[in-house]
Amino acid sequence: MNLDLALRSLGPMLLEAVRGTIPLTLISFALGLLIALLIALMRISGNSILAAIARVYVSIIRGTPLLVQLFVIFYGLPSLGIKLDPWPSAVIAFSLNVGGYAAEIIRAAILSVPRGQWEAGHTIGMSRGQTLLRIILPQAARVSVPPLSNTFISLVKDTSLASLILVTELFRAAQQVAAFSQEFMLLYLEAALIYWVICLGLSTVQSMLEKRLDRYVAH
Amino acid sequence: MSPTDPTAGSTDSAGSDGEAPVLSVRGLKKSFGTNTVLRGIDLDVPRGSVVALIGPSGSGKTTILRSLNGLEIPDAGTVAVAGDDGGSAGSTRPPLAVDFAAKVGTKAIAALRDRSAMVFQHYNLFPHMTVLQNVTEGPIQVHKRPRAQVVAEAEKLLDRVGLLEKKDAYPFELSGGQQQRVGIVRALALKPQLLLFDEPTSALDPELVGDVLEVIKELADEGWTMVMVTHELAFARQTADEVIFMDGGVVVERGPAQEVLRAPKEERTQQFVRRLLHEF
Ligand SMILES: Nc1ncnc2c1ncn2[C@@H]1O[C@H](COP(=O)(O)OP(=O)(O)OP(=O)(O)O)[C@@H](O)[C@H]1O
Ligand SMILES: [Mg+2]
Repeated sequence: MNLDLALRSLGPMLLEAVRGTIPLTLISFALGLLIALLIALMRISGNSILAAIARVYVSIIRGTPLLVQLFVIFYGLPSLGIKLDPWPSAVIAFSLNVGGYAAEIIRAAILSVPRGQWEAGHTIGMSRGQTLLRIILPQAARVSVPPLSNTFISLVKDTSLASLILVTELFRAAQQVAAFSQEFMLLYLEAALIYWVICLGLSTVQSMLEKRLDRYVAH
Repeated sequence: MSPTDPTAGSTDSAGSDGEAPVLSVRGLKKSFGTNTVLRGIDLDVPRGSVVALIGPSGSGKTTILRSLNGLEIPDAGTVAVAGDDGGSAGSTRPPLAVDFAAKVGTKAIAALRDRSAMVFQHYNLFPHMTVLQNVTEGPIQVHKRPRAQVVAEAEKLLDRVGLLEKKDAYPFELSGGQQQRVGIVRALALKPQLLLFDEPTSALDPELVGDVLEVIKELADEGWTMVMVTHELAFARQTADEVIFMDGGVVVERGPAQEVLRAPKEERTQQFVRRLLHEF
């Protein structure tokens, strides 16, 4: 194998991981969580129209391939006159996707908080919104750390799909060097290794976080 | 209106004739679907008095307390709460009347909740907050009172129930009896006109019951107005001014604690009291 090429390509690939993969993941995940919270609240709002909209949304997101979602936004929307650059297209697609999956996680986490916690909030005079923000969501957050971490780790890997709509990120960098040097095996393994290391690191952070949060969960 | 029991040991001068009761309930009705749980409950609680609700499981005791605290919306009936001179609350509260036959808005529910504080059977402390945060959350977040003042008051209350050194502990680090005492302090910190206890000791190991009952007894002696659901008949006899025996959503018998618990008139009350005294 061409060790020299492996070392020379490592720099550019890490650079694209830092400039592309990681910010794409972080921004999409943050926006996705906001969407998820909104969708989860719509589902438990008790308003049947809002709940139905939320259910349909989740069903579409979970029932269609992420790659198709990406292509609809980047290649499909221009035919409706909406032309987006690769980066915003990717962020929108990934956020909507995370929103659909994380909504179910957040909904389940909110519902897992005992009803007595809502009542205790109310009995000290808190409104529904206050109780949700100060009493329920902090407890729900703890319950949802493990499944949300899984969503996050999946997203890191899924961002490689953005290469297919011309976003420059880790995998696209690997593709470009590979095409140029014809060393496909070497460069794709190298890309795989970088993804793996990132995800290993995240798993470690996840289990540390879980251990710390575990203590205060309501029983 | 039932008189307060002069032998019950209340040290305050409250409940005197002429003064409107702190709480006055008329014709409270509640059904869950086809299950009619409250069939028209009347209740008067004079200032500084303790009313004990007793009765078999499913008779509607919890539903009454929850209705008073706006956790359950009755189908009909009125709840009136006297005004507060501001002595305890810091701010004056005008007389309040809620008629459940009409549609009751969130404002009315909030007003109702502001008058009473609930102590739950299973404590329902906030597990993600320390003991001190549990106690100060309401006064700071809801009453918007200055933190320093609220914390000082909370620490004093915690000291009273012997838990000041636990103020930075989390609920999971406390015994059931300690958690329930925090639950009581959380209620007191709100400075309600009315304390509501729903079987405050029935989730506790027997050896932890005493401490909690002692705290409640002290509060009664201090002149707090309270309604408590309890299966501790001996405690009710010592502490309560009036005992109300309920069955099937109606009040079967009511009167001074000594009378209802020692010499009940109604057959159903006699059976219930005899059975409970046997059990314990
Ligand atoms: N949220 C609810 N939905 C449906 N039914 C309810 C609800 N809350 C209470 N009930 C019913 O109302 C009846 C009275 O319940 P409640 O809890 O007031 O009784 P209780 O006197 O407190 O009994 P216990 O001594 O067992 O605590 C029961 O038949 C109960 O099943
Ligand atoms: Mg009950």
